[in-house]
Amino acid sequence: MRIVHYLNQFFAGVGGEESAGMPLDSLKGAVGPGRLFEQLLGDDAKVLLTLVCGDNYAVENQEEMVAAAVQRIREVKADLVIAGPCFQAGRYGMAAGALCAAVQSQLSIPVVTAMSEENPGTDLYREMIYIVDSGTNAAKMRDVAVMMMNLAQKLVDKIPLGLPKEDGYFRRGFIRDRFVEQTAGQRLVDMVMAKVKGEPFESEMVPTTFSPVRMPPGVKDLSQAKFLLITDGGLVPKGNPDKIQGSAATRWGSYNIEACDNLKGEDYEISHGGYDPQFVRQDPDRLVPLDVMRELERAGAIGEVYEEFLSTSGLANPLSNTRRMGREMAEKAKQLGIDAVILTST
Amino acid sequence: MQITSALPIAKMVGANRLVLGNGIVHVVGDANLSVEQEKEVRRQLVQKALKALQADNTAA
Repeated sequence: MRIVHYLNQFFAGVGGEESAGMPLDSLKGAVGPGRLFEQLLGDDAKVLLTLVCGDNYAVENQEEMVAAAVQRIREVKADLVIAGPCFQAGRYGMAAGALCAAVQSQLSIPVVTAMSEENPGTDLYREMIYIVDSGTNAAKMRDVAVMMMNLAQKLVDKIPLGLPKEDGYFRRGFIRDRFVEQTAGQRLVDMVMAKVKGEPFESEMVPTTFSPVRMPPGVKDLSQAKFLLITDGGLVPKGNPDKIQGSAATRWGSYNIEACDNLKGEDYEISHGGYDPQFVRQDPDRLVPLDVMRELERAGAIGEVYEEFLSTSGLANPLSNTRRMGREMAEKAKQLGIDAVILTST
Repeated sequence: MQITSALPIAKMVGANRLVLGNGIVHVVGDANLSVEQEKEVRRQLVQKALKALQADNTAA
């Protein structure tokens, strides 16, 4: 089994925060946890290459780092890519998740990583890849490695995995067929009875959880603030230049409104299959309130409205997709020095 | 901040500056009103949005 292992600078033993800026490097053979992986997998398992990258570098140059790493993994013809374990190191988790997701989709080889539940990488990538629950304690390295290698061996041998709880990975949201003795009605009544009696029971449908979002401080001075308008109502220029899908959109667009006092129906169309678009088609200000924002801008009540608005369609979209687009939009707003965003949602 | 007519969804995902919009088919409009009346509805919604943007989190 040919393995490539990804590590951050800390777990590779290069250094701490002072080395977080180091670019992607590749070392021959196993380093740190990689040696443990080889031991656990047995004689025919070899870590050919250990990719090491500083946490800051990886996050700040993610696309470039991932592309270079995928290239090296392709060159050595790896059968398996392992990243981490990352425990609760957020930047490490983000990089490991991005790399594993890219390897899986571009090279179609098994990938395994491990993080704690609170790691932002878990939230972002758990639906795409197998992430073992590492907990937060890095002293449990051996236990985590055992779980990771158990999962990796199964993936490489194409043996069906157990349930998330059995094999120690985070739920990916798959639904599996299974023969059961009791009908749904009987199971449901049993659960209700257990709940009423205060006895333990296990729901078959676990709703997705959302971690709390920290509320940033309020905008101090609106008259100096730069505003960005965003909508998920699918408003796009006539012809839909970015081909934003009306359902499960994978893209968003940025459209110029510099010379506009308001939005005119004849210039726009709606790419959104989830609501009756006739009213917004008549007057897009009903979705993106540019006319009123311009009034406020002229009156000096707000600083300025940024020269483009952002748009996508928010319908029947996997969370992994919407989270990615949200992050990209937030990144753009940050780069532009936006002080306040008004997001209108249908 | 977010103006939305699907408030439960926004709350579920953890959005924390929310203004209830005026219907899914026209979040910041009202097709039943005259142009001027409708603009007034939109003005009020945007004013509320500005207020929400200025708020600080006072919860402990």
